[in-house]
Amino acid sequence: MGLFRKTPKNLPEFWINYANLFKETQNKNFEDLVFVVLDTETTGFSFEEDRILSIGAVKIKKETISVQEVFDIYLEQEKFNKDTVHVHGLLKNGQRDCISETLALEKFLDYVGNAIIIAHHAGFDMGMLNTALERNGLPKLKNTVLDTGVIYKKTLIKSYLVQPKTNYTLDELADKFSISKKDRHTALGDAYITAVAFLKIISRLKEKKNFSLKYLLR
Amino acid sequence: MKNLISERVADFIKNYPPFNLLDSTSIFQLAEQVLIVYKEKNSIIFTVDEPQHAHFYLVHKGAVTLNNAASSNVLDYCDEGDIFGLRPLFANENYKLEARAHEESILYGIPIDIFKPIAKKNEQVSIFLMESFASNTRNPYAKDQKGQLFENEDEEEVTKEVVLPDLQLASYSKKLVTCSTRTTIKKAADIMSKKKIGSILVTSNDLPVGIITDKDFRNKVISGEQPITASVKTIMTAPVITYQKNLTITQAQMAMMKSNISHLVITQDGTPNSTALGILSKHDVMVSLGDNPAVLVKAIKRTSKIKKIKQIRKSVMVLLSGYLEQNIPLGLIAKIISELNDTCIKQVVEISLARMDAPPPVKFAWLALGSQGRSEQLLHTDQDNALVFEDVPEEDLPKTTTYFLELSKHVTKGLNTIGYEYCPADMMASNPKWCLSLQEWKNKLSYWIGNPGPNEVLMSSIFFDYSLAYGERSLLDNMSEHIFRTVGNYPIFLVHLANGALQSPSPTGFFRQFVVEQDGQHKDSFDLKSRALRPLIDAARVLILSHSVKAISNTWERYEKLAELEPNNQELYMACSYATKALLKFRTRQGLANHDSGRFIQLGQLSKQEKMKLKRTFKAIKEIQELITLRFKVTNILG
Repeated sequence: MGLFRKTPKNLPEFWINYANLFKETQNKNFEDLVFVVLDTETTGFSFEEDRILSIGAVKIKKETISVQEVFDIYLEQEKFNKDTVHVHGLLKNGQRDCISETLALEKFLDYVGNAIIIAHHAGFDMGMLNTALERNGLPKLKNTVLDTGVIYKKTLIKSYLVQPKTNYTLDELADKFSISKKDRHTALGDAYITAVAFLKIISRLKEKKNFSLKYLLR
Repeated sequence: MKNLISERVADFIKNYPPFNLLDSTSIFQLAEQVLIVYKEKNSIIFTVDEPQHAHFYLVHKGAVTLNNAASSNVLDYCDEGDIFGLRPLFANENYKLEARAHEESILYGIPIDIFKPIAKKNEQVSIFLMESFASNTRNPYAKDQKGQLFENEDEEEVTKEVVLPDLQLASYSKKLVTCSTRTTIKKAADIMSKKKIGSILVTSNDLPVGIITDKDFRNKVISGEQPITASVKTIMTAPVITYQKNLTITQAQMAMMKSNISHLVITQDGTPNSTALGILSKHDVMVSLGDNPAVLVKAIKRTSKIKKIKQIRKSVMVLLSGYLEQNIPLGLIAKIISELNDTCIKQVVEISLARMDAPPPVKFAWLALGSQGRSEQLLHTDQDNALVFEDVPEEDLPKTTTYFLELSKHVTKGLNTIGYEYCPADMMASNPKWCLSLQEWKNKLSYWIGNPGPNEVLMSSIFFDYSLAYGERSLLDNMSEHIFRTVGNYPIFLVHLANGALQSPSPTGFFRQFVVEQDGQHKDSFDLKSRALRPLIDAARVLILSHSVKAISNTWERYEKLAELEPNNQELYMACSYATKALLKFRTRQGLANHDSGRFIQLGQLSKQEKMKLKRTFKAIKEIQELITLRFKVTNILG
């Protein structure tokens, strides 16, 4: 049966629980979808060399974020890149309670479940998370992923005059939607800004014909 | 669990009553359990008779109206920091009013089962709640803002609820400007011009003793009675008529009529023997009544804060719906409302200019495009604008462009604050492609006219309806002349423009039934803008351009001008002029009723008579399209 990829054996129970969530058919109704908006702060931009410093995430259900249900963890570091410290102010073994990478991943999988993942420039965050999973002998994330950087462009009208920029930063989005940039460059703060931007993008796209999750993924 | 988000929430709620009465532990306890709810514009938060939610709400961003669903009256307007939906939770009953997001909003849902015990423990909070339930206002403190009357310069009390004038409290100016009895007349006049006010209070030992108005200068100084070096004591009107605060509008009007004066002084205890709190002028009474465009223009020009303009624009909307109800001719309504909108834009440009580090290096003009340029924008829509500046030597061009782009960013942001959405196609002066020198614009226009592809025609059709919003008119005239000259050289452009004007989808089908939208959010509604208004607007543009008439950008005025130029087609043009006005009125009514742009109409909501009226306008559309096809021989290029 070479068609099926061999799944590594001895996967821990938390992974099996996570993977099982994807066996049930997901709800098709857009209003009932659960979104997890996340952001990671890292020591740098290399998937292999650099490490996740912290993961922040908020959960959106029916256009509502519950403050109780936010996700905010800091990881212990064996590697340390001095250059990026000034960006997010996370010092190695700083004031925060840090946990091991394995425990962080376990907690994250438990939090995210089968929700749809939203991130700004999602490719980077997903790359960091997947590499971390791989390092711990785990498969890649199974969630559907949406990138606010990509879906924002769907709100713009295309004309020959305005070629949408290929890249919109989170700062530009925050400016466009008048979102306060307080707590920028902390994982949870950025996740919150991304979440509000996501809600505002969706309300603008809802007016379009054939709006659906599929439309967003296109 | 305390986290960044709960800190953010706590940071906000601690500023507003009743939370400002709580200790920080309680605030954090609440903040950790808050729900952050996003509501798109016009969505409902709760309806009448809906069972209680587990939360009451605090407006974080945006605005919410509480409505009487049966009469669709707005009973209360909740701004940032206001709470609502609390009373039913305490009274243990279903909601009595409907809450609806007036703008795109973010609300904090505060859990009642955590708030209740905290409120019970804290006596002050209980008192606050009891008072607010009893007086039926959100915030009983609003009526009595002791201690901050003099420092708090930004707000004259704004009572937005539409209530009968004899119940509505008159708002008065708390920005008290005073001088002493020994001040010279010249000094007093200087102060008044600087603050742009029409009256100044004269005090002695902090007590109000007299008042000087513009009239006093006219009657007693310019007439030569007193030299400008004399003291104000010689010309002031004394004694002053004083009243207590919480005067209703009707009371204020009566008091002014009785004593034949235009200013009342509000004092601590209502007598001249206590300190003055503010001045209530005839102007304030008029603003409270909100039905006088001249007063609104004055209020806009006086403000130095963009946020304040947003408040005033709410009154403009009240004015608009009043006019429509009274059936005032639309041409007149559009003139007044456009004038007010123009004033708002001018003021935003002025404020933005003041915020720049340096004055503009050369002359410039701020152009309104699209519906605003045509003075047909009655409801708030997107902003479409552009900037043109005088030609500068080539080496100065980058520097100059940077300056004007920076200015444009301020202005577009300001316009966004007062309620104009950003243009989704980025046709705004803050876009480097729409912020150019005169020569650059001329090159661009020549290109459009010389290479009329579909995009160029679309751009021209948006751009050619420009009007001056601020700045130097000669720049604009220069551009118009350039357009006419270039069009003269490339007559084929008109054919393309005419072709563009015929591209709008037809309003009626084969059996003369309305054509409705087939899918999407507006399924089964009629697209008034693209099926009825746009063909008329496009046709007027190409015809007026073919006659090289400049400086008329309004559609019905264009048709009136055309009727004058071509007497043989007079009847058709007048019909088009009428149809445009009728359709715009239709759209505005729909927009006000549904609190949207009025573009899509639910046919089911129309009466038979309204449908007939609408269909009559379609006849004019059909005929004008035929005229254009014939005149510009459009069929030739379509082949």
